[in-house]
Amino acid sequence: MPNLKELMQHESFFSPGHRMCAGCVAPLVVRQVALAVGDTPVVVANATGCLEVASTIFPYTAWRCSFIHNAFANAAATLSGVETAYRALKKQGKINKEIKFIAFGGDGGTYDIGLQSLSGAMERGHNMLYICYDNGAYMNTGIQRSSATPLFADTTTSPAGQVSSGKSQWRKDLTAIMAAHNIPYAAQVAPSHFMDLMTKVQKALSVDGPSFINAMAHCPRGWRYDTREGVELTRLSVETCYWPLYEVDHGKWKLSYKPKEKKPIETWIRKQGRFRHLFTDKGQTEIKWLQQRVDEEWSKLLERCKEVG
Amino acid sequence: MSRLLSWKEVPVAGWLEKKGNAKEYETGDWRTIKPVWIEKNCIQCLRCFVYCPDLAILSQGEKVAGIDYQHCKGCGICANECPSKPKALEMVAETDSE
Amino acid sequence: MLQERIALTGNEAMALAMKQINPDVVAAYPITPQTEIVQLFSSYVANGMVKTEFITVESEHSAMSAVVGAAASGVRAMTATSSQGLAYMFEVLYIAASNQLPIVMPVVNRALSGPINIHGDHSDTMGARDAGWIQLYSENTQEAYDNLIQAIRIAEHSDVQLPVMVCMDGFIISHALENLEILADEDVQQFIGEFIPHRPTLLNLDSPVTVGPLALYDYYMEIKRAQAEAMMRAKPVIRQVGQEYKALTGRCYDLLEPYKLDDADIAIVVLSSTAGTTRVVVDELRQEGVKAGVLKPRVFRPFPYEEIREVLAPVKAIAILDRADSYAGFGGPLFKEIRAALYDAPARPPVVNYIYGLGGRDANLNDIRAVYRDLDKIAATGWTDQLVRYLGVREEAIVHA
Repeated sequence: MPNLKELMQHESFFSPGHRMCAGCVAPLVVRQVALAVGDTPVVVANATGCLEVASTIFPYTAWRCSFIHNAFANAAATLSGVETAYRALKKQGKINKEIKFIAFGGDGGTYDIGLQSLSGAMERGHNMLYICYDNGAYMNTGIQRSSATPLFADTTTSPAGQVSSGKSQWRKDLTAIMAAHNIPYAAQVAPSHFMDLMTKVQKALSVDGPSFINAMAHCPRGWRYDTREGVELTRLSVETCYWPLYEVDHGKWKLSYKPKEKKPIETWIRKQGRFRHLFTDKGQTEIKWLQQRVDEEWSKLLERCKEVG
Repeated sequence: MSRLLSWKEVPVAGWLEKKGNAKEYETGDWRTIKPVWIEKNCIQCLRCFVYCPDLAILSQGEKVAGIDYQHCKGCGICANECPSKPKALEMVAETDSE
Repeated sequence: MLQERIALTGNEAMALAMKQINPDVVAAYPITPQTEIVQLFSSYVANGMVKTEFITVESEHSAMSAVVGAAASGVRAMTATSSQGLAYMFEVLYIAASNQLPIVMPVVNRALSGPINIHGDHSDTMGARDAGWIQLYSENTQEAYDNLIQAIRIAEHSDVQLPVMVCMDGFIISHALENLEILADEDVQQFIGEFIPHRPTLLNLDSPVTVGPLALYDYYMEIKRAQAEAMMRAKPVIRQVGQEYKALTGRCYDLLEPYKLDDADIAIVVLSSTAGTTRVVVDELRQEGVKAGVLKPRVFRPFPYEEIREVLAPVKAIAILDRADSYAGFGGPLFKEIRAALYDAPARPPVVNYIYGLGGRDANLNDIRAVYRDLDKIAATGWTDQLVRYLGVREEAIVHA
């Protein structure tokens, strides 16, 4: 269990003055990851996206550690080059310090355009932790749907309209795809549950080989909710079991948190403007579908984790 | 940065040999509402510290010590998450407190 | 200097040079006709003949991405590719150059799809000519080998710090067995020297660096202007490294390689392997009393326009052979730049363009002879109404011969 009071004594590798929107949960994920890392030296790679753009506006950088941004699709491949250079120098006796390697990417850069690069890096077994901050759309370009966007969400490329109820597909199950790479560690986290997040980050960094963490990261602008509710809504995404917290530790699926009382999906989506079109007479059918699918996915997960529903 | 660098002065490829100098950039003026920390109500649970996306909750040792208004963007997450009763963080209009 | 004379294919020579360079990191992906380089290098790794950490990436995009990451970490990093692979790397090529990373990459020139074709032409590297990479073109196996070794010195020079692609014609050179002289491993190591990063590196924990920040209209142009300056500084460095290499091997390398141009009335300008064929025709024509010559640029980026103007200005008619097309642009890329370079020449000679050899179409002695016959006529009248022509295409009625 991470000791927060001890961890908060270390200088965070992420600094204030970044220009992410007020209330954005993505920098909150980074902040908690930095807390979990403590004083372990890290090198960070970042896929193109909100976080990268808003944290490195020349001549300012919000990174106190070494940082590399290359392009959109290639954070994992880029970091695999960094990590390999580290191994080469270590073997040659030119470097002896322990360094950890962390990549951050949004869902666009991870679920979609960067999936091949990520899959390759995981398969090759580089010693790196890849963290996806999943805000469920291309937020940097203005809220276009990605394969992480929830069913029925209204985005600028899956708009709700006369003949559309928003995005018509369920989201890609990226955490399961990563687990299927048989990497030592994969997990799903939400910053509302910060102890769980920090524990998993520490675990992921301690394994020998690649690890993957998928972090829920609410976006007040794209999801259309009051900025103050970022953490509260994140908590609801877990309590409704839309975003379950679990880990796959060396192939073993384990549920990290089971809500005492599973809340209806409606409690989470009602507060988000991107689902507003569902709250009509007609939309009741869609909400039912959504609930049904959440229930199915939840049961599937419980089974995988050998939990009794 | 008061003076813009010429092409002969810019670091190669724009690489920044700076350690988190974004701190010099003040995002505090984005605020329309601001959190006020009421120390006597604070139970030192550290939630605001852990939940602040802008690392704008100041700490001293193991305790919360105030708010970094130079960087706080006024999102209100800290006040919303504050479990103290009565709350140790309250959002007030930016102008009201001047 | 003890040099061994052996027979190798172009790919074998490139792989051997890579082994002798012994980089810290190689990330590569197989593609015809480069594949052999990757295979041979993998066997060097498997047999402990190099210290290299080899990353078997899942694509060329990742190959270039990983090499960028490695180079920014302060190690000597290489890859190799061809054609579609180079095209797939495209966005990262620019990023490698912008970050001024001294990456060296053999490119085995191959046509771009479609139609898909595995044979040699220059459309791949010509497509990347403005990516900010130094480009060296090699005529034969010996040059491919020599260029790759020199490329390390050029890329890593403190005045330059830019990536270099060393181009060699697919199949024509990559798969053809030729005799060449090779250096001893230790002589290559001594020539290239130990890799010393001139820049901050990601792995220096004492002074962290942010690589690849966002630069908008207030800074982008200054950063790009500085990058262009590094490319301009490369020209004297390429010459200086060539001089040092000559001292080591006796083989002479400059920006350009003129052949019988001093008194030439007509001349062909051509890159890579076709220069050899052209020289044979020049010798024939000289026997017949025709004052023919040939210019083979070795360096296309930085483009040596002053040097080209100087050697070509006295010629009466010039044909530029392009193994890449611009599809109704004003001729091929080599033509455009050379013709522009000659605009300021006092006599401003007529310059025509031949698009040739696409998809590996053979450019034989007869084709080259036909071009010289055309040039003879153009030199006589000082004029032609057909500036851009296609060479060796069926039912192409353009060639005068």
